[in-house]
Amino acid sequence: MADIRNYTMNFGPQHPAAHGVLRLVLELDGEVVVRADPHIGMLHRATEKLAENKTYVQSLPYMDRLDYFSVMANEHAYCMAIERLLGIEVPERAQYIRVMFDEITRILSHLLFLGAHGLDIGAMTMFLYTFREREDLFDVYEAVSGARVHAAYYRPGGVYRDLPDVMPQYAATKIHGAKAVARLNDSRSGSLLDFIEDFTDRFPANVDEYEALLTDNRIWKQRTVGIGVITPERAIELGFTGVMLRGSGVEWDLRKKQPYEVYDRMDFDIPVGVNGDTYDRYLVRVEELRQSNRIIRQCIEWLRANPGPVIVDNHKVAPPARADMKGGMEELIHHFKLFTEGFCVPAGEAYAAVEHPKGEFGIYIVSDGANKPYRVKIRGAGFAHLQGLSEMSRGHMIADVVAIIGSLDFVFGEVDR
Amino acid sequence: MAGKLEQLKNNLEAALGSRIVSLTQALGEITVVVSAVDYVAAAQALHDDPRLAFAQLMDLCGVDYSAYGDGVWKGARFAATSQLLSLEHNWRVRLRVFAEDDGFPVVDTLTGIWPGANWYEREAFDLFGIMFSGHPDLRRILTDYGFVGHPFRKDFPLSGQVEMRYDPQQKRVIYQPVSIEPREITPRIIREEQYGDLGHG
Repeated sequence: MADIRNYTMNFGPQHPAAHGVLRLVLELDGEVVVRADPHIGMLHRATEKLAENKTYVQSLPYMDRLDYFSVMANEHAYCMAIERLLGIEVPERAQYIRVMFDEITRILSHLLFLGAHGLDIGAMTMFLYTFREREDLFDVYEAVSGARVHAAYYRPGGVYRDLPDVMPQYAATKIHGAKAVARLNDSRSGSLLDFIEDFTDRFPANVDEYEALLTDNRIWKQRTVGIGVITPERAIELGFTGVMLRGSGVEWDLRKKQPYEVYDRMDFDIPVGVNGDTYDRYLVRVEELRQSNRIIRQCIEWLRANPGPVIVDNHKVAPPARADMKGGMEELIHHFKLFTEGFCVPAGEAYAAVEHPKGEFGIYIVSDGANKPYRVKIRGAGFAHLQGLSEMSRGHMIADVVAIIGSLDFVFGEVDR
Repeated sequence: MAGKLEQLKNNLEAALGSRIVSLTQALGEITVVVSAVDYVAAAQALHDDPRLAFAQLMDLCGVDYSAYGDGVWKGARFAATSQLLSLEHNWRVRLRVFAEDDGFPVVDTLTGIWPGANWYEREAFDLFGIMFSGHPDLRRILTDYGFVGHPFRKDFPLSGQVEMRYDPQQKRVIYQPVSIEPREITPRIIREEQYGDLGHG
């Protein structure tokens, strides 16, 4: 009898299905995975150490670069932790803006999941479909913060500025004539809120399109049903959160259970899976797209009716208005102090968590009273999920590992930090 | 909410009893400090006791307190801090243990109670050099293969110790001591308590 030994194979770090820089050392028995050992850290940038050497506001843009597909949700947890330490209350309008942008971020992240997951396991069209909608949401990001991805829009005490009254419009080019541009600009003639509302009108039909392509698709189901099953008990033990937990049937969502900002006033449902496999997690995420759409619509309605401040007027934490700064001595000093030394945060420690598109995203800050944090710990959801990859992929084929990686939906920015 | 925190506090005191070194309630969160000897037993109680039922370990991180408050820190240098969550009761607690020996910090592993602690403890070992005794697979996790030192310790420079470049003569990538000077653009400063009078501004 021939001597049959297991193969050890490298998967990644440069593999299109590895979602960044995952190196997996796979031990294979034929084509069946016996053991998967993820090697991470290829994208380690020591964000936490850098944050210890910067003032609180200076390290805010670093939060964007953690999970770079759910930018504003990262900032949110960071701002919440600082606000808890400072003991400041965020204005109501800023809370609504944050909730609205959290949900826009969730749609952005889940759309990327759908597109990339589809692409990984052979549904090429999904990528093109979902990026069509992502484009509109990036325009929303750009209109409000000036950047399409790394927004740095949330600030301790509120958000950087109020929603703009006009939406930037396309100009005619050689490729897009006046008629084509007029059609593109049709939804952009009003304010930002009008544009988002127009998006939310269109979006449920788009989700139906995605579902028409995938949900009952025989090939899609063959690739995902029964793949990467995780029991609810094991998911809890391993520290899974978010969709990974809900896909296994555990009804746990921080937006409902520990509501922050104004989530307690929102009307939305929490979808849960039954079998805890890749297909159920896909279904949960698709349903979350619809629920996020609902939340955004409720926020738009409120934001239209209630103007107000969007950042605290405590100038020890938030900068004064530019116009006041030009005329007033005190405002000028505040501005100078805030952007050079920053603000000192009272000694203490706080852990703030948000329901990030990927799961629980927490920021733990230890302050010793200085203008820089003493220690920042970022709890990314993907770190815990990736830990479960080995046992989830055991007994599956190599091609299924790709499906499981896609379903775990991690982003290396937050796993490696 | 405040009533719930009181209840949690009472349950913690009842379940852990004399194992608690200190219990602090601040900013709506409870921090329990236990000694290294009681660490695993206390964690087991937090996990198993139905009055507490902390089924999930959300996070575990190392902290190096050596530079805390610009040198006012007197206690042990290294701590492992974990954030626990109970899905059943919907509450959180922070559990902290200080490693007794500053030179060779060792605490017990929590992987037997929460298997999810595995990678978090590897990370704390990698970045702070805290040893977790009984850990099944205590390897470095985030830093490079062959990395020397524990980069998140306060005495490790921000710029690192070595830099990497391609050497055209040897035709390979080599490590050499860093050529950049560490610099601090915004100085770190601790203001007195009422500076700026937060909350009334």
